[in-house]
Amino acid sequence: MKNVIIIGNGISGITAARHIRKLSDHNITVISSETDHFFSRTALMYIYMGHMKYENTKPYEDWFWEKNRIDLVRAYVNSVNSTQKTLQLSTGKELKYDVLILATGSKSNKFGWPGQDLKGVQGLYNFQDLESMEKYSPDTRHAVIVGGGLIGIEMAEMLLTRKIPVTFLVRESNFWNNVLPEQESKLISQHIREHHVDLRLSTEMREILSDSEGRARAVVTGDGEEIACQFVGLTAGVSPNIDFLNDSGIETKRGIMVDEYLATNVPDVYAIGDCAQFITPLPNRRPIEQVWYTGRMQGEVVANTVCGNKTIYKPGIWFNSAKFFDIEYQTYGHVWNQLKENEAEFYWEHPSGKKCMHFVFDSRDNTFLGINNFGIRLRHEVFDRWLKDKRDIYHVLENLREANFDPEFFDKHEEEIIRAFNQQHKGQSITLQKQKSLFAKIFS
Amino acid sequence: MTKIIQSIGLVLFVLGLGFFISLPFLDSFKLTDEVLKSTLGNEQHYELLSEATKPMLDKTYTSSFSFSSDFITSFNHVNDALKAEEKWDQVIWDNPNDLTMRLAIASNQSFAKENKFLTFLLTFVVAIIGSLMYILPKVNDGPAGIRNNHIFHRALSNRGWLGIVLGTFLISFYILLYFTPQHITSWIFITDPISQALSGNTASQWFLYGLLYTIAVAVMGIRMIMKYRHSKYQIIRTLSVIFFQTAFAFILPEILVRLNQPYYDFKNMWPLDYDFFDAWHVDTLTSSGGIGIFMFAWGITLFVVGVPVFVYLFGKRWYCSWVCGCGGLAETLGDPYRQLSSKKLSSWKIERYLIHGVLVFSVIMTGGVLYTYFTGAGQVFGLETSNVRSTYGLMIGSIFSGVIGTGFYPLMGNRVWCRFGCPLAAYLGIVQRFKSRFRITTNGGQCISCGNCSTYCEMGIDVRWYAQRGQNIVRSSCVGCGVCSAVCPRGVLNLENSSEEGRLNEPLLIGNDSITLQK
Repeated sequence: MKNVIIIGNGISGITAARHIRKLSDHNITVISSETDHFFSRTALMYIYMGHMKYENTKPYEDWFWEKNRIDLVRAYVNSVNSTQKTLQLSTGKELKYDVLILATGSKSNKFGWPGQDLKGVQGLYNFQDLESMEKYSPDTRHAVIVGGGLIGIEMAEMLLTRKIPVTFLVRESNFWNNVLPEQESKLISQHIREHHVDLRLSTEMREILSDSEGRARAVVTGDGEEIACQFVGLTAGVSPNIDFLNDSGIETKRGIMVDEYLATNVPDVYAIGDCAQFITPLPNRRPIEQVWYTGRMQGEVVANTVCGNKTIYKPGIWFNSAKFFDIEYQTYGHVWNQLKENEAEFYWEHPSGKKCMHFVFDSRDNTFLGINNFGIRLRHEVFDRWLKDKRDIYHVLENLREANFDPEFFDKHEEEIIRAFNQQHKGQSITLQKQKSLFAKIFS
Repeated sequence: MTKIIQSIGLVLFVLGLGFFISLPFLDSFKLTDEVLKSTLGNEQHYELLSEATKPMLDKTYTSSFSFSSDFITSFNHVNDALKAEEKWDQVIWDNPNDLTMRLAIASNQSFAKENKFLTFLLTFVVAIIGSLMYILPKVNDGPAGIRNNHIFHRALSNRGWLGIVLGTFLISFYILLYFTPQHITSWIFITDPISQALSGNTASQWFLYGLLYTIAVAVMGIRMIMKYRHSKYQIIRTLSVIFFQTAFAFILPEILVRLNQPYYDFKNMWPLDYDFFDAWHVDTLTSSGGIGIFMFAWGITLFVVGVPVFVYLFGKRWYCSWVCGCGGLAETLGDPYRQLSSKKLSSWKIERYLIHGVLVFSVIMTGGVLYTYFTGAGQVFGLETSNVRSTYGLMIGSIFSGVIGTGFYPLMGNRVWCRFGCPLAAYLGIVQRFKSRFRITTNGGQCISCGNCSTYCEMGIDVRWYAQRGQNIVRSSCVGCGVCSAVCPRGVLNLENSSEEGRLNEPLLIGNDSITLQK
């Protein structure tokens, strides 16, 4: 029986803890300086907006941890001594471990902007950020958000529910276009504006100005415009939260360097989730994967390894999801923001401008490579299968009905999509698989 | 502009409701000999009571409480004397509260009594117009989508002072309605014009209740449709509950009465409809010719054949969130409180004991009633069947389903009755759990454990617990309202009827080949 200590109670650390408990009788301790219990970080925005209370964001009731013999410690880890195998906690305590799993997540990026540490300037990553946002919201009459990613748009949505007008500065020429192709990027930009956000594309922030009390009072843009505001959201990405490892002997670059087993250079020390950086990134994947889903997978993988079943981190077909105000987004496989060599695309957009599908396939043999879809729900299982089986684009389109996951009675668009494909590809006339009759639907 | 219309609407609603609430306080009563005679309609009772109530005659009462207290004192005085003399055949067996109510209606002298329709306009109609002026402009609130903003910041929807006030009001309303309707007579008779137009009769407290219920379902149904206007499932489902409440539960039975047929709600069903097998009900139906026989056969077919077949095909939602009146009220009037249902594992345990306990109780109660009906014997195993029946009616029929079921909306969520008490829901649920094509499918590995689904599940199902491990949700209590699917930000949940194969699946989160490939 080993002493397993996990630093970080986010999705990665908690998944690891749960699976270690399933697989073994090890002593498990989870340390967090953020909250007493695991909560869903992805739900921070909903607490602010009043959709949920903090209590509602906890995926397990508080008795769960004791019942499963997972010890929770509320402390900050000041340093790790990897030769002695000890941790020094902010409470003055020292803990001894046999196996250490680092799941410390991220911190919001600050790129050295003048004024970035003023009051009312913050990112949105952890529970304390939420509390800070609550604190500064009541006397914020205007807010500026810097950085065009997922957290930026969430922050805009949050602030609007408090009737705080938002100016959104995005360095790129279209929203999130380092990830999304131009078509989707434009669709989302339009939707952001529909919600009365003052979206400024191709605009950088030069500095944040302070009032006499050290609180942000305005933002100066790249071209010198001053925008009065009392709150500045910094949402230009996140980076691994690893400062406490400086003298630990654990190798770090931007993140904690890990091999395919999620093991660091120090024996019995692993890193998972946002804070881990792969020495050899997997094909088509980033060296640091800052995604809920991959964190969860890595937690399960490391649990297997720790429990004696050495397991390589091998994620399957890439998938992800998000929601931009009212428009849901799902993606399966790879759709890059620019077509790569030997890639072809088919893009369909609904006249409402709120639904679209973007298919990418191999231009040589028509193998389907990936899809971005907005405003329509698709079945993960079906796309996972098609991608694994290397189906071609024709098969995917012909069977698109099978993948629809929208609620009953929702408008169906498969026929329009097929028609658009046939129009764009002269000489092609693919036909949609017949819909089941009502009778067959009810009784099959 | 939108704001102005909404503010006017809110003012009108408060005025209409305020006037409605103040009506009983504006009552005055004057009992005359003539009123007593015509209301009692029974020469013997009149003779017995006219002596005892003499001090009440021509006296003006300004409160229903003193009027009621004086009359019931006289009533009991007469009855006690008869009982003491063991003159059982002369004892007045009428429910004293009902009798008082009828007398109070007849002797009411208020403005409302003289101006029933005007008062109806100033209360009901003004409040309805006000509500619609508040609800309909929401279409201008911006793009359609999930807007649960500030639900947990508001006193009404987060058990704050407004929620407690509303809960108290609803609980008081049910107590008055079920047990002491003599205090709300002006509420009852101002609906006379509507009742007379439908059935030709003056209104009873049950007509008032049916009318209020239908208005609540319709008006708050429109609110539901506005809120979920991006979801066709929610729109169609809400139109369905409005239709079944208005047409089947409210208008059709009244029209049947006008046509001298038995009062019958074709969508109500035993064991929710717990008096279906009462002797008087069976006799009424079976003595009303072909249509009565049809109603009796229909009522039995519904729960014997309808439930298993439809639950197999569509899940219990076909009834609970598309047809049922209790469900209809919960899905419309109760929608703002769905997030207050407890998701604790301990609540689920209590739920299973309670709801199946009520189902067993209802079966025993009905069995006893039928035993007595067929054999004439009043007792089975030493139990007085009529006592079991009246206990059920009081404890389950009135207190649980009404006072607690609806009164606790703003405190425990909108499905307290459906979740903890409804015997029909228990029966539908057993079929749904073990033999049905219905499930809520989870979409591969897309769940982010945010908790919106569990929070907004009115039945208190911890939907997230299943979704985050990639397991279909197959639960006896799920009424299929579809709100978990609507509030999911990642498209993870979908209500589906499909082949039974794979319905009760092993948990599987798609996407992690490290683990699944090794097995």
